[in-house]
Amino acid sequence: MKTAVVNVLAFGGGFVIMSLELLGGRVLAPYFGGSIYVWGSIITVFMLALSAGYLLGGYLSLKRPKLRTLGLILIAAGVLVCPLVLIAEPAMGWIFDRVEDPRYGSLLASLVLFMPPTIILGMISPYAVRLLVKATEESGRVAGTLYFVSTFGSALGTLGTSFYFVLWFELNTIVAMLAGALALLACLAFAVGRAE
Amino acid sequence: MKHALLLAFGLACAFPTAEVIHEEPSLYGKILVTREAGFLCMQFSGRTERRRQSCIDERAPGKMALHYTRMMMASLLLAPEPESILITGLGGGTLPKALAELLPEAHIDVVEIDPAVVSVADRFFDFQAVGNTRVFVRDARVFTRRALRDGNRYELILLDTFDGDYIPEHLMTLEYLQQTRRLLAPNGVLAANTFAISRLYDHESETYYRAFGPFFNFTIRDSANRIVLASTAPLPDHSTLRRAARSWRQRLAPYGIPITSYPRRFDRAQRWNRDRRPLTDQYSPANVLQRMD
Repeated sequence: MKTAVVNVLAFGGGFVIMSLELLGGRVLAPYFGGSIYVWGSIITVFMLALSAGYLLGGYLSLKRPKLRTLGLILIAAGVLVCPLVLIAEPAMGWIFDRVEDPRYGSLLASLVLFMPPTIILGMISPYAVRLLVKATEESGRVAGTLYFVSTFGSALGTLGTSFYFVLWFELNTIVAMLAGALALLACLAFAVGRAE
Repeated sequence: MKHALLLAFGLACAFPTAEVIHEEPSLYGKILVTREAGFLCMQFSGRTERRRQSCIDERAPGKMALHYTRMMMASLLLAPEPESILITGLGGGTLPKALAELLPEAHIDVVEIDPAVVSVADRFFDFQAVGNTRVFVRDARVFTRRALRDGNRYELILLDTFDGDYIPEHLMTLEYLQQTRRLLAPNGVLAANTFAISRLYDHESETYYRAFGPFFNFTIRDSANRIVLASTAPLPDHSTLRRAARSWRQRLAPYGIPITSYPRRFDRAQRWNRDRRPLTDQYSPANVLQRMD
């Protein structure tokens, strides 16, 4: 049961990361355009945030790893996604007025809007590995399965967002749904984690 | 090598007789300069004939070779002698060049996202930013926002950033058109080169309508393009347009523009499904819609 739930959480984390990254271009374009450096900024920030998240998640897993803690990580990520709906416009307007060069404007906006939730989302995978590994010899298999599940989630997040969600929903609705999905996954972690 | 072969194969299918005379690397897709049946064209790699970016007829370089560029000049019927002009999307520079010749006093700003397009336009299409013409290499949305903040205004704005293959979605939203409208001087005129087909048509038409109110839809039978002509002033009636066309006829004849035949093709009826959602910064699946019938 626990293994299945952790895998579901890793899948959800992967899904949300790439969905957010894809929406990043949409969020920034009205202020910073569609030039290649806007995508460069977004990808840079996501890579930086994920690398920091992996590191933090790994360190956090050293101290009494629990499914409920993973639930808290998901809650934090869900909360940190919300500023995209609430303050993106004024934040980007503020940056646009102060940073003349759209390269650095888009980089700064990406840092402000996407760095915090993506760091937290990056913590999920290493923490999930720790929750499922029981013996050294199986660690590679467990990690491999989790990478598979989470990256598969990323693939579906990319596909679903670019092919369908943008056709059906408004940008803010999609972001709110991602935050809602993270909250639901957190509830699942708490429910199953209670038995621990 | 493999890519070169694939490219050559693709082009051979699209243009049986087109000869690639130059390839310019670009961040936004390779730019090809091709020669075919006396036409020199700028296009992005692998694109088909319908999506030609810009062409000149080498036997008559002064004439405008493509329907849509000629049709864009119909904007002069609404804005007879504009003193300030903004053009988004350079291509081969046909429009800014013609407008600079016709209106030597006018200040013309061109915004082009791709520096490689500017360099190809210079080398092969004889376009230089000289005199009152300036070229800005940047995204049109960023340019528009800054121009508004700096208090600049234009009497004529020509939007020409779509090539049929990929639409920069942030340049087809209500917010962008509202910003562009604010960038127009009183009685300013907008002409946009857009699409006449696919599911996008209804959404796009509704978006223009929400931003500008009634506009002229200008299409001709031989072209898949349509030109949206809008104004911050009430649209002129047909007799005014015909009078303007007669006064421009002589000056536009060297460019091969049949200007007097244009006014009767201006349609201000709302021939689209008005229930379709306008495209906004929040909802802009233009590329997906364009591929749906």
